[in-house]
Amino acid sequence: MTDLTKLTLADARDGLAKGDFTSVELTEAHIKSMDAHRNLNAYITETPEKAVEMAKASDAKRAKGDAGKMEGLPIAIKDLFCTEGVQTTAASHILEGFKPEYESTVTTNLFNNGAVMLGKANLDEFAMGSSNTSSYYGNVINPWKTADGKDLVPGGSSGGSAAAVAAGMALAATGTDTGGSIRQPASYCGIVGLKPTYGRCSRWGIVAFASSLDQAGPMTKTVRDAAIMLGAMAGHDAKDSTSAPVAVPDFEAALTGDIRGMKIGIPKEYRVDGMPEEINKLWENGIAMLRDAGAEVVDVSLPHTKYALGTYYIVAPAEASSNLARYDGLRYGQRVMEDGDSLDDMYMKSRAAGFGKEVQRRIMIGTYVLSAGYYDAYYNKALKVRRRIYQDFENAFGTVDAILTPTAPSAAFAIGENEDDPVKMYLNDVFTVPASLAGLPGLSVPTGLSSGGLPLGLQLIGKPFDEETVLRVGGVLENAAAFNAKPFGQEG
Amino acid sequence: MTYILEGSTGPWEIVVGLEVHCQVISKSKLFSGASASFGSDPNTNVSLVDAAMPGMLPVINAECVRQAVKTGLGLKAKINKESVFSRKNYFYADLPQGYQISQFDKPIVGEGTIILDMPDGSTKAVGIERLHLEQDAGKSMHDQDPKYSHIDLNRSGVALMEIVSKPDIRSPEEAGAYLTKLRAIVRYLGTCDGNMNEGSMRCDANVSVRKPGAEFGTRCEIKNVNSIRFVMQAIEIEAMRQIEVIEGGGEILQETRLFDPKLGETRSMRSKEMAHDYRYFPDPDLLPLVFDDAFIAEIEKTLPELPDEKKARFMREYGLSAYDAGVLVAEQEKAEYYEKVAKGRDGKMAANWVITNLFGALNKLGVDVSESPVSAENLGKLIGLIGDDTISGRIAKDVFEIMIETGDDPEKIVEEKGLKQITDTGAIEAAIDEVIAANPDKVEEIRGGKDRMLGWFVGQVMKSTGGKANPGMVNKMLRDKIMG
Repeated sequence: MTDLTKLTLADARDGLAKGDFTSVELTEAHIKSMDAHRNLNAYITETPEKAVEMAKASDAKRAKGDAGKMEGLPIAIKDLFCTEGVQTTAASHILEGFKPEYESTVTTNLFNNGAVMLGKANLDEFAMGSSNTSSYYGNVINPWKTADGKDLVPGGSSGGSAAAVAAGMALAATGTDTGGSIRQPASYCGIVGLKPTYGRCSRWGIVAFASSLDQAGPMTKTVRDAAIMLGAMAGHDAKDSTSAPVAVPDFEAALTGDIRGMKIGIPKEYRVDGMPEEINKLWENGIAMLRDAGAEVVDVSLPHTKYALGTYYIVAPAEASSNLARYDGLRYGQRVMEDGDSLDDMYMKSRAAGFGKEVQRRIMIGTYVLSAGYYDAYYNKALKVRRRIYQDFENAFGTVDAILTPTAPSAAFAIGENEDDPVKMYLNDVFTVPASLAGLPGLSVPTGLSSGGLPLGLQLIGKPFDEETVLRVGGVLENAAAFNAKPFGQEG
Repeated sequence: MTYILEGSTGPWEIVVGLEVHCQVISKSKLFSGASASFGSDPNTNVSLVDAAMPGMLPVINAECVRQAVKTGLGLKAKINKESVFSRKNYFYADLPQGYQISQFDKPIVGEGTIILDMPDGSTKAVGIERLHLEQDAGKSMHDQDPKYSHIDLNRSGVALMEIVSKPDIRSPEEAGAYLTKLRAIVRYLGTCDGNMNEGSMRCDANVSVRKPGAEFGTRCEIKNVNSIRFVMQAIEIEAMRQIEVIEGGGEILQETRLFDPKLGETRSMRSKEMAHDYRYFPDPDLLPLVFDDAFIAEIEKTLPELPDEKKARFMREYGLSAYDAGVLVAEQEKAEYYEKVAKGRDGKMAANWVITNLFGALNKLGVDVSESPVSAENLGKLIGLIGDDTISGRIAKDVFEIMIETGDDPEKIVEEKGLKQITDTGAIEAAIDEVIAANPDKVEEIRGGKDRMLGWFVGQVMKSTGGKANPGMVNKMLRDKIMG
């Protein structure tokens, strides 16, 4: 029997449909893989019993001829999604032991479509980070290693999700992306990651980081898998006021492989100073592949790109500083207080003990930029720049169908690297942040290897709610790149 | 009349602006489906959103938006078709989110006007600065346990309208009239029950003093005063405190103060330096609130006749004075009662009966017009009986007393007690003759020019007929008989 953990989501779906194996078999194979790869620390909470139970129920459902879009397919859920009765931590100490009495809309949609949950994937604390080193539950290790076997970060914040998919510990995983948290780890782990248009997936039940940027999306082995999974996650939700009342198309049907006559924009501002030559080369290769497939490649300008990172690091912490105020030790999660402590003492002690350094840093930055006397200089100005960034894209999309850029400025780096320099760490997001600020769909597709043999991804940015074009072009890129390198232990 | 406080350095004028929080009448809360009802057991009307559970999101309640627009229309105010909800950030135990969702620079309702009806019948316009929607906080209870505070989140997330006046108010009486009128308007509209003692209407007063005609002085904010009387008291006491400070060579510091009605003083609560930095910013969980003219027009259709229009109509249709009309329209139930009484009858007489007799009696009984023992129909009948000369005005007062006690139909009372007016000339003549015969000396006095004695004779005739003789007829017949 083939190794079921090496299947794509689409193959597994078809295999289940044909009766080649059952969901229980598929799920158990992944549970075994989770055991084998526990050293990667990809999961905070594993739910094998629940998974088998769900798989059994799914097999029974299928036997009755009632199969959903993701019927019987075992996946990992980023531990930022609230899952009913299953500990939800956001990788923070402050939420340790918190078991929601509700299920997020996205996981509800996935489970209604038949998906099976293997566990809750590790992440950067409150999704703040680019290396998955800020998790209270320990860092995640990238299944890919350096040539001399050194451990690497999986990227972040959806590092556990990316590692789980890359290591065959889940057929696919949910991620969330605020400034690149799906796309960057997908690139670092050699998988596909899609941040949909803001408003495509409901945010209800996802622990909030930055409300105007957070968006859930699929992290998968292939572009087709991303199309399948997005279709099972997305949809308007009246419980989220920012969820868009738009229909969910058949994303898989968009994968025609035909991009002849399409216009692909190459933004010159993304050729940043000091960008490694191999990233440039990766990009050039990608351009050539799309041109060979019949697309017209044109230069576009996104003049405000250079302000995007600064804007992001004002807007996101500002929202976070307010969103995280509810973790006060009062109603759920960790409370630290001694007899005689005042309310303020309790707040300070609980939050000092409950939040890690990176979260505290962002709360302080966010509090500062919203303060009286600084609001106009920082937050208000950032909102104005954000508008300009959106207009840049709007102008570009007047002539092109999609935009091609690198996903990240480098391959995965060693654990511990960049830790002493937050700004250098933040630079990982330089290519992903503009699409986040503009609310646009962004897809990372692995298209090559670095000189050190590590995966590198290219990013496709599309028009609002035009994930179909992004997926179609991504599919062509994927085919042309024929990326089939596998991380250590996953070869063959 | 200008209200002036005399200090040792001469006269002072006071300047007051009021911020009133009105709890919106709605089934559910501003951003959640939990019940907004009052008086439930603690923490029973709390949704996941109200408790600020992780990942929960607010969704605007359209009913609360309609109520705010309706109130804005009632205040003749500008309705903003696009408004924005912002977060007001601060930490407190009864504020689960760590922020209150409110409206900051883009409120749903802009400038408007309230016309005050002053006790002397005059009116004064006070500007409305804005009306915005916001969430209420929960309730902290510090007296339930020696060690811990208890929190009730039932109120957390209930919709409030904060209605801010311009600093146009110049006396405690105007402040009282403002609150009375605002309360009448929201009650007419059905957008807030206006009960200050239950906390569904709460008032903060910004008070400053100045020499007449001078620039505005530094203001102090008096928080959460819970009755109209206390607001009036607090304003006067705070103004006098400020005058004393300034005249003593001191300076007024901008601060928040608390009013203590028992001690009759205001106390510093929080100085400007200690004021929170609320870090307002647009709530990214909510889109700007946008609606169109059709939405407003739809609400406009549901507006009732408001106190000012009703007052004008009462003056026009029933010939009432501004004062009487003002008293009658102060509460919708009073106005309705009055109109039932006045229908098809003398409007002025009806107003007199309702205001002087009925309201006086209800006041003594301590009940509202809705609980009046005398129905509007019966009071109307009573006035009818006076109008068609069935009974005299004096007898009517006796009948009214009985009606207050028994709630009976006046026609029945008049019938049973035989109180019908005597209009039979023969009977009256007999009574007159009797009195004249018994008092020949007094008759001579009148004939000698002492006209005033005639009144004495009228009284004697009325007395002998048990008050039932028609006083007009008695008067005329007496005059004819004596003066010849």
